[in-house]
Amino acid sequence: MNALFAAFRKDLLLQWRGRTQMVAIFAFGAAALLLFSFAIGPDSSALREHAAGFLWLGLLLASTLSLAESFECEMEEQALEGLLLLPASTRALYYGKAIANWAQLALLGMALVPVMVVLYDAGTLRLLSLLAVILLGTAGLSAPGTLYAAMTSQTRARQTLLPLLLFPLVVPVLLAAVKATSLVILGDPMEQYRPWITLLGAFAVIHWSIGGLLFGRVVED
Amino acid sequence: MIAVAAAGVCRRYGRRWALADVSFEVPAGALVMVTGRNGSGKSTLLRVLATAIRPDLGTARILGHDVRAERDVVRRKIGLLGHRTHLYEPLTALENLAVVARFLGADPGRNALLRQLEEVGLGDRGDDPVQTFSAGMRQRLALASVLLQRPQVVLLDEPYGHLDAAGFLLVDSLLQRLRAQGATVLMATHLMARGRKLCDLGLVLDAGRLVFAGAAAQLPVPQGADAMGFAEGA
Repeated sequence: MNALFAAFRKDLLLQWRGRTQMVAIFAFGAAALLLFSFAIGPDSSALREHAAGFLWLGLLLASTLSLAESFECEMEEQALEGLLLLPASTRALYYGKAIANWAQLALLGMALVPVMVVLYDAGTLRLLSLLAVILLGTAGLSAPGTLYAAMTSQTRARQTLLPLLLFPLVVPVLLAAVKATSLVILGDPMEQYRPWITLLGAFAVIHWSIGGLLFGRVVED
Repeated sequence: MIAVAAAGVCRRYGRRWALADVSFEVPAGALVMVTGRNGSGKSTLLRVLATAIRPDLGTARILGHDVRAERDVVRRKIGLLGHRTHLYEPLTALENLAVVARFLGADPGRNALLRQLEEVGLGDRGDDPVQTFSAGMRQRLALASVLLQRPQVVLLDEPYGHLDAAGFLLVDSLLQRLRAQGATVLMATHLMARGRKLCDLGLVLDAGRLVFAGAAAQLPVPQGADAMGFAEGA
């Protein structure tokens, strides 16, 4: 647990030092939402109907930047190798980083919600339900995202490889998150929110378990 | 007691053998110079012993523990100063040391870490980010990070690299201190005169093969640095 907290603390500190990058990633996500709204046109009901999908697409695109960035510092001077050579478990390293990435993506998701509300007129009063979807959805993105970012950080074409590997894997998470968010925004007359959020939670548990098991194989020689 | 033992160690990068059938033993407490031409396999050997990479064939043991099968145990006993410094550029010198200390399960506090920095001549730069450091300062900080781990076997890859004259003397004194503490040191360097003076044993690699293992004083004179009169610092 000590190593996990140490990794988490280190990654939060690195994120804080790179906060200007975080602002740029938020601006990228917001710009994506803006472009999607241009694609739909001025039809306010269509905008509202597709708001959840666009929010998660914007978040997914921005997440590849943020996840790749989280391994930049690790690779510059092979700092990650330095940590691996200390007597700490690779699993602790993974979970520390994945939790820090989760926090960052969840924050990014919450920051994009007001942009979505303004651009798509997609407001809701069920804020806690929306928060739950964002937390579980970003958990489902950050666990495989951290694993694949570690894998691709050692390759030359990492900017291309990360989305290529990550996107197919997170399609189920994306679908469940979009559906649950839609239900929060557009209303839930059939009470489908609970099964979708449970599914989202199940995906997160699977991804976090597999990520912890595989990380050592990805980063060790 | 044997601190470091290699038996038939081979390591391949693609089709090229970086290490081929390397076997030697180093007694505990010895200071060993590892030398050879560029690309002869010095760094690969140190990285195999540090468990950063696995040998493709053969076995290596650190204080009796196999580097492949008992990787976690070996990592508690070694410290590696590599070509890359293992530092986080956006963090300050103190924060970098704190990260290492926390991973070791300790929280030594600012003053203890500052003392560690003072030992390597960076006492006044503790709160500066590493990205503002020169290459020599990074090397000093990386040394401080290795020493913080209190390793029983210290693996130093070009420890004099990027250092100024005062830095050379600093490394000399650190080596003497490690020897006094009973640590075993393997140091890859091209500085032959220095190696002969400071070290007990010498290993010479050529194209991945061990071509000399014996007393440092008997190291063969290369047609390189010494012969050409290259300076070896202070």
